[in-house]
Order: sequence, then structure tokens, then C-alpha cells
Amino acid sequence: MFLDFFLLLRQHHLPVTLPEYLTLLEALRSDVAEPTIDDFYFLSKTTLVKHEQHLDLFDRVFGLFVTGRESVGAEGLPDIPPEWLRDAMQRSLSDEEKAALEAAGGLNALWERFRKLLQEQDERHEGGSKWIGTGGTSPFGAAGYAPEGFKTDKGAPGKGSGRALKVWEDRAYKNYADDIELNTRNLKMALRRLRILTREGADNELDIDGTIDRTSRNAGMLDIQMQPSRQNRVKVLMLFDVGGSMDEHIELCNQLFSAARYQFKHLEFLYFHNCVYETLWKDNTRRKDRIPTWEVLHKYNKEYKVIFVGDASMSPYEITAPKGSVEHYNEEAGLVWLNRFREQYPHLVWLNPMIPAYWSYTQSIDIVRKWSGNRMFPLTLNGLTGAMRSLKNPKVTFDV
Amino acid sequence: MFTGTDSYIATRELSTAVNAAVLLQKPLLIKGEPGTGKTLLAFEVARSLGKPLYTWHVKSTTSAQQGLYEYDAVSRLRDSQLADRGLESARINDLSNYIRKGKLWEAFESEEQAVLLIDEIDKADIEFPNDLLQELDRMEFYCYELQRTISARHRPVVIITSNNEKELPDAFLRRCFFHYIRFPDRETMEQIVAVHFPDLPQALLAKTLSAFYNIRDVKALKKKPSTSELIDWVRLLLASGVTHDDLTDLDTLTELPPYLGALLKNEQDSDLLGALKRKGARPY
Repeated sequence: MFLDFFLLLRQHHLPVTLPEYLTLLEALRSDVAEPTIDDFYFLSKTTLVKHEQHLDLFDRVFGLFVTGRESVGAEGLPDIPPEWLRDAMQRSLSDEEKAALEAAGGLNALWERFRKLLQEQDERHEGGSKWIGTGGTSPFGAAGYAPEGFKTDKGAPGKGSGRALKVWEDRAYKNYADDIELNTRNLKMALRRLRILTREGADNELDIDGTIDRTSRNAGMLDIQMQPSRQNRVKVLMLFDVGGSMDEHIELCNQLFSAARYQFKHLEFLYFHNCVYETLWKDNTRRKDRIPTWEVLHKYNKEYKVIFVGDASMSPYEITAPKGSVEHYNEEAGLVWLNRFREQYPHLVWLNPMIPAYWSYTQSIDIVRKWSGNRMFPLTLNGLTGAMRSLKNPKVTFDV
Repeated sequence: MFTGTDSYIATRELSTAVNAAVLLQKPLLIKGEPGTGKTLLAFEVARSLGKPLYTWHVKSTTSAQQGLYEYDAVSRLRDSQLADRGLESARINDLSNYIRKGKLWEAFESEEQAVLLIDEIDKADIEFPNDLLQELDRMEFYCYELQRTISARHRPVVIITSNNEKELPDAFLRRCFFHYIRFPDRETMEQIVAVHFPDLPQALLAKTLSAFYNIRDVKALKKKPSTSELIDWVRLLLASGVTHDDLTDLDTLTELPPYLGALLKNEQDSDLLGALKRKGARPY
């Protein structure tokens, strides 16, 4: 009978494996637990779940198993469309759209489908959050049920207006919010490749060669030599593109940032928007703590490995022309500044979260790629591995 | 069977996890907010089951090998230089004199089943848990210097704590039981405080707990106070003779609790709470 439970967990994408299931059976057979539903719950939780992020989902699947009732996902939503939604619909829909809405079965039917969709999405448990929002072909898009529809309607009463998506986004990401560590292990392992091992600091290791050498010179009298242990002293300067088109890659960049912070002891990071100009930011909101780019170039010597992270997708003028920036009046073109970086730092790469197959269709990516000498790598595990190799040997490039 | 002790309140959930791990001889991985008694659990389990406890506190520089053994080549070299014939050289020829046993080895060698605490495993290098897979699974390891396999006489009860500073590898997690200590609800918290301070007057207990949970409810706090901080705070209150009358003003949001430093550990949090209180005190 517990096989059903096990399969149900797997259906809901909880990573449970056969050995764990067998352990659970073994535990049930022993006299650890009394034959109550509570104890079964405790026992199955401790044997099957290995991440606290999965606990919430496990609880819900367990509830489903016990009651046989589908409660996953949309319980945060009321059964009938709330008033503010009706109001907003009335105000922001054109007559044609209203007719289309009626043809699709009216608001109540749509709401029901919306709830169902939410359930399915929640079960998949991945970043499917755009699914409903941007699904222009889904009934919701057609009926004006896109987030944009509500953004225009700030005056609508009720706290939910403008944030319809949030209702369940909050739900799905609840457990992930303060746990960016998730999934960064692979990234860390990739970043690990960038190592420059040097001996610095306190002597804590026996230097065998040195000891043999000195002992022989000492006519056989032991002369023990110690040396510092080898440690990674690589210096890394990371420059993140934030805002605008980078917003959709924010998750990935967060993970990279968290992994890099862990892996590199000497890590400096700065922020820019689209392209580097005469100032950079120390703060990712790009509001305060500006720092002149010249100062950066002077402060960090050429020993630093420079990693740009950005999608390099912008108007070509933002790179090639003076005064081309979207944000301010820049005296010198972005490319001039990029070239200064290239001259200063022999070891630099550009990590691009966009899919490489699309790179050639965006002119600005092409420019940046040429500037980097084909050292633009996709922000994937393989790309990252390649980029780390390139930082050690600039001859390593990435060809689309 | 572990059911908590006179000084440690274990929920049914936690004791089930501990008992299952003990019985099925699997390591038990404990996570949870700082200050919810993760490390303490191992001490209490050892005490209540009457088993010896070996603690291995992991630091950022700890390697897995240090838990097994360390071979001190330097002192052997030194000894060999200074030694005469006879007794001394016998000592030098016996390698085991220069092997320093780690906590894992000690726990393996224990005459009776021991409790082994591997504290804060997430502090170590990212490869650290992987290096211990075989050792924890089979409860044995190979000592190259002595050319023999050290295996546990009695499989120890292994309790591992983690603060989530880094993610543990899946292969490692698969071998463990896992329990996440949730922050205790008010009822459990009353029990916890009661086992530490049996003489605490009920009125004061109620006041301190509401003040405590009110502070925890402030969402913007960087570090929420936890059980251990509450215990410290209550101890301070008792030592300084604060009574529940002194704490009544807290409800009106005009005054900060006394000895706030015991609960909040950084100045931003204290400032924030102060600002909130001042806001509450405004007439408009």
C-alpha cells in the first residue's frame, strides 16, 4: 500500500529513491513507531525527505495521500473570482474583449480554469511563473488576464490589484526565498577549476624535498623544513549587468554570484547597466556608491581575472557611439571603455545567459564577442567550465 | 528509546527521527535555525541512552582525514634521529605510536556503542561530505600506514548538524535520515522554558513569551532571536529581579524590553525595533 505513496511522491517530483523507500519499510517493520498516522508521517518524512525545501511539498502530497483529496497548489485562491478582479475586468476590457470573455464561458468558468492551471504549474514546481502571465494564446491572455492588464489599473480597490501573479508565486517560492544555495553546487564545482595554488601564510606542512635536501647537507642530522600549504589565491573581479533585459536571468545570476562568493576568497564585484562606461556601481540597485571606472582600472592590477556577466543585448550605439548610453550622456563610447579593460586584463571572459544559437542575430552581442576575442561563453555548466579554462589560458575560446 | 530528557524537550517528531536513526543505524542529519538545539541534541541523546559521546567540531580547515587519523611523520623522524638502540627503536618501528587517532576512529573503537556528533558539517570544504561517504556507510576505513582496515566494533549513532552554509551532495544525503527542527510553537516553548526555569512565575513566563514572539514577528529583523537567546534573556530577567509588572508596558508598544541585547545580536535590529516602538508611541 505504501508503494502508491512512493509513486505519488515521485509523481510530484520529490526526489525519492528506491533505497530510501526500502529503508522506510524497514523502519516501519521495526518497533520505532506506533501504527498511527502521525508516526507514519514522522517516519516517512525523516527517511524520504532530504531538503527542507521539499518539506512543504511533502506535507501537501502526504495530505493528498491521506485524504485522497487534491489540495495542491491553488488553495491560496478563493473559489470565486474576487471583487477587485471583476472591477478591474469591467474597467479595462474593451467591449469586444468582454464579448470574447462571455463566449469563453464567462468569468467564473475562466477562473476555474485558472485555478486548475495554477495547480498543474505548482505541481511541476519549477519556474513556470510566466506560463499564465505571458501566455498570450491562453484564454487568460486573450481575456486580458495578463499582468499588464492590471498594472494599468492601479486605482482599482483591493490589495491584490496589480499583483494577480503573486498569489501563487508566493506559494511556490516560499521555501526557496532565503535559500539561494540551492543548485549552486554544480556551479561551484565548475568554478573550482579556476585555481591558482600558491604557498602563502603559516608553515603547516612538512616539506619533504626540502627536509631531505637540508638533512643531507647537514651530514645526516635531521633538519626539518616546513612550508605553508597550497591554497587558492586567485583574484577575481566580476562585473554584473543588472536591470533591463537582465531581469529575466536574475535567478541564474544570483546562483552564479552565490557560488562565486563561496569559491573565490579574493572576489571583487561591481555592477553596470548594458555596457561599462565611466562609472560603475558597488550596489546592485545602481542608486548609490558609484565608483569611477578609472579608479577600478587603477585599483585592480592585471593579476585579476575579470568576468563580465551580461546578455550584451542592447542597441549597437550603446557600445560603439559616444553619448549612446540609454541612461546618461557618456563622453566616450562604451567600446573605448571595454578596450581599456581588455588592455589592462589579459585574462577576461564574458558570460552570457542568452542561448548561443541566438547570439549571431543580435548585433551588439556580435560586437562584444568580437571585442572579447571569442571569449564570450554561455552561462551554462559547460560554458562556465570553458570560461574558467579561458581565464587560465586566453587561447581557449568559444565558437558558436 | 529517546523521548527527550529532563532538560531537553523533544517533539514526537524529533524523537521518532532519532529512534529510527538509532535503530536502523543510519546517520541523522539535523538542520534548523541557529539556536534551536541542534548540537545539544547529540549531548542529550548520549545522556539519555547512557552512551559515550564523541564530538567532532568541523571548521573551514577541517579535512575528512583528520576525523580518521593523522600520521605524525615529523616526530617519528625526530625520534629516529635521537634514539639509541633497544627500547627506543622498538617504539620508532611501531608506526602506531605516531598515528594520532581522530574522533571517528575513537568512536569506532569504543567498547560500547557510542554517539558521534559531527558538528556543523557545512563549515568544511565542499568535498568534505563526499570524503566521508564510505566511512559513514560501512563504518570502516583503511589506514595506509598500518595497512589494515579499521572497522567499528559497534556502529556508532552518528548525529550530523548543518547550518545550511553550503549544500550537501545528494549521495551524502541519501545515506542520512533528515530532520529539520522547526522553530517551537508557543506551547512547546513554554515547556522548554519551564524545564530550564522550574520556578519561573506563570505571569512572568506569559509576558516574556509574548514579548519574545512579538519581536520574532517583526519581519525585517536580520537575525531573529531563537530558543537559546530566549533562555539567556529569561535568565537575565530573573537574575536582575524583573517581575511581570515591569513588562506590562511592552504591550502598549512604548517601551523596549529590558536587556534587549540578549535577544538581538546586531545594532541594525536593535535600531529597527527602537524605531518601531517610537512610531508606536507617536500620538498620531
